[in-house]
Amino acid sequence: MSTKAAEAISAEAQPAIYVYEAPLRIWHWVNALSLVVLMVTGYLIAHPLPSMPGEASENFLMGYIRFAHFAAAYIFVVGFVFRIYWAFMGNGHARQLFLPPVWSRDWWGGVWHEVKWYAFLTREPRKYTGHNPLATLFMHFMLLWGTVFMIVTGLALYGEGAQAGHWTHDWFTSWVIPLFGQSQAVHTFHNLGMWYLLCFVIIHVYVAIREDIMSRQSLISTMVSGWRMFKDDRPVDDGR
Amino acid sequence: MIETFYEVMRRQGITRRSFLKYCSLTAAAMGLGPAFAPKIANAMETKPRIPVLWLHGLECTCCSESFIRSAHPLVKDVILSMISLDYDDLIMASAGHEAEAIIDETIEKHSGNFILACEGNPGLDEGKTGGMSCIIGGKPYTEQLRKTAKHAKAIISWGSCASWGCVQAARPNPTRATPIHKVPDLGNAPIIKVPGCPPIAEVMTGVITYMLTFDRLPSLDRQGRPLMFYSQRIHDKCYRRPHFDAGQFVEKWDDEAARRGYCLYKVGCKGPTTYNACSAIRWNGGLSFPIQAGHPCIGCSEDDFWDKGGFYDRLTSIDAFGVESNADKVGGTAAAIVGGAAALHAAGSVIKRVRQNGNGVSQKGDQES
Repeated sequence: MSTKAAEAISAEAQPAIYVYEAPLRIWHWVNALSLVVLMVTGYLIAHPLPSMPGEASENFLMGYIRFAHFAAAYIFVVGFVFRIYWAFMGNGHARQLFLPPVWSRDWWGGVWHEVKWYAFLTREPRKYTGHNPLATLFMHFMLLWGTVFMIVTGLALYGEGAQAGHWTHDWFTSWVIPLFGQSQAVHTFHNLGMWYLLCFVIIHVYVAIREDIMSRQSLISTMVSGWRMFKDDRPVDDGR
Repeated sequence: MIETFYEVMRRQGITRRSFLKYCSLTAAAMGLGPAFAPKIANAMETKPRIPVLWLHGLECTCCSESFIRSAHPLVKDVILSMISLDYDDLIMASAGHEAEAIIDETIEKHSGNFILACEGNPGLDEGKTGGMSCIIGGKPYTEQLRKTAKHAKAIISWGSCASWGCVQAARPNPTRATPIHKVPDLGNAPIIKVPGCPPIAEVMTGVITYMLTFDRLPSLDRQGRPLMFYSQRIHDKCYRRPHFDAGQFVEKWDDEAARRGYCLYKVGCKGPTTYNACSAIRWNGGLSFPIQAGHPCIGCSEDDFWDKGGFYDRLTSIDAFGVESNADKVGGTAAAIVGGAAALHAAGSVIKRVRQNGNGVSQKGDQES
């Protein structure tokens, strides 16, 4: 067989794969946008801008910043609830965030391989349709649990202002504040959680760009179009 | 025998005729029929005033100082007509064995029917100090507390000491000072926390008045504080709140904004994290409260407020590895390290790629064995 023919056959064996369905992609970008708004407004709530001149009744700057924070937070929460729903309704890739196969030895081998790849110790990464094992681990612990923590503490803090009778107070404030001891500790950890998620965002954006250039599959365009493209024709290493 | 309400009223110069009028008026005011007037009169004539034992543990007596300044109701009305304050070693006339005998007498006569008011807390350290960090009448305070608590109808934890531990329980807590609800072997009496350092006078008398009037405990939150005084934050009722929403803040203690009475959030006001009624009831007969006097709230009614960093820090300090820090410093440093690492890694990736391409490695690359 000539090389050209071989390439043609394996190219047929390695077509683009539809990985991320439209609802999941919409969730990704809505979530990203709400995270940016939450981080900027959250920082401004902790460190308010210089004072506004004039009468108090003529200004509502802090009020608007807090409104933006709460509005984005509601979108963030609704998006997360939808994301859980989509884990049941979507394709297999929609479940990857929630269930890293930590019981699989091969998968941990894959994690180790990726660590070596990032430490410049291996010449070539493996090829994956979904997340690589290290990315799955990272997404699960940084994004998923960071999000859960921020939603729980955030709703508890919101419930403080909404007060008893509001669902956020009854479902979250009433037990989260005693769990942490007092309100100030919840504020402190909510603030720390923001930095935790910011670290996630930095790594996530950097790695997505890097992998888009250096790995053997497409990344950024996949989260736009849903299709995973491959840069070579050799078989994917999923599950190894 | 403890005086009844009727006897107290007679002693204060109210005639029986006036008393019966009062009972009829009360029945009418409560929307009850005429038949209830004699029932109310009967209750007032037969119901003894509730005996109160007021104990003092490790504390500074600021709760008592606050209590005696209550204006609505006047503290004299509380002590002289509403309750029968049988024991309070701070303000009682008797002393020594005579005073201590009252405790045994109250337990004997009114077991299960008196209120135990605890100001301060016991030091449980049985080691170095042998539980001797607080002695009342020659015995550890812990003994007095346990003995009375087991017979009490209800326990009121006055102030942050009894409610949370306060300054004597702050790190390193050498006497193992322990708030009342965490003291082991205290019996099953319900505990009401009335935190604050000190609590507001009207909150203290208000809690007692409620319990006497309705003969039940006020409804409490999950942490055991009366909802009527502790369900909202200082921030929620603060008269400077419009400046907060407008984004008008005091930046420094002596700036123009401070003179204009702007929000104290940026100079560390803990109003947004403190549950108390200061901004609603205020102090000294409703005259003022710290924020009105131009000083941020320090959160004295919150659990563990001594160990949460500076009084002027809204976020708790994080003392890891002996470095004094806060959430923003820790988070900012972490983000800077991650960002720097990403930049370095990017540089490394570029070098790797250039070198691989320079070595004539094709796009396909060599298979890794």
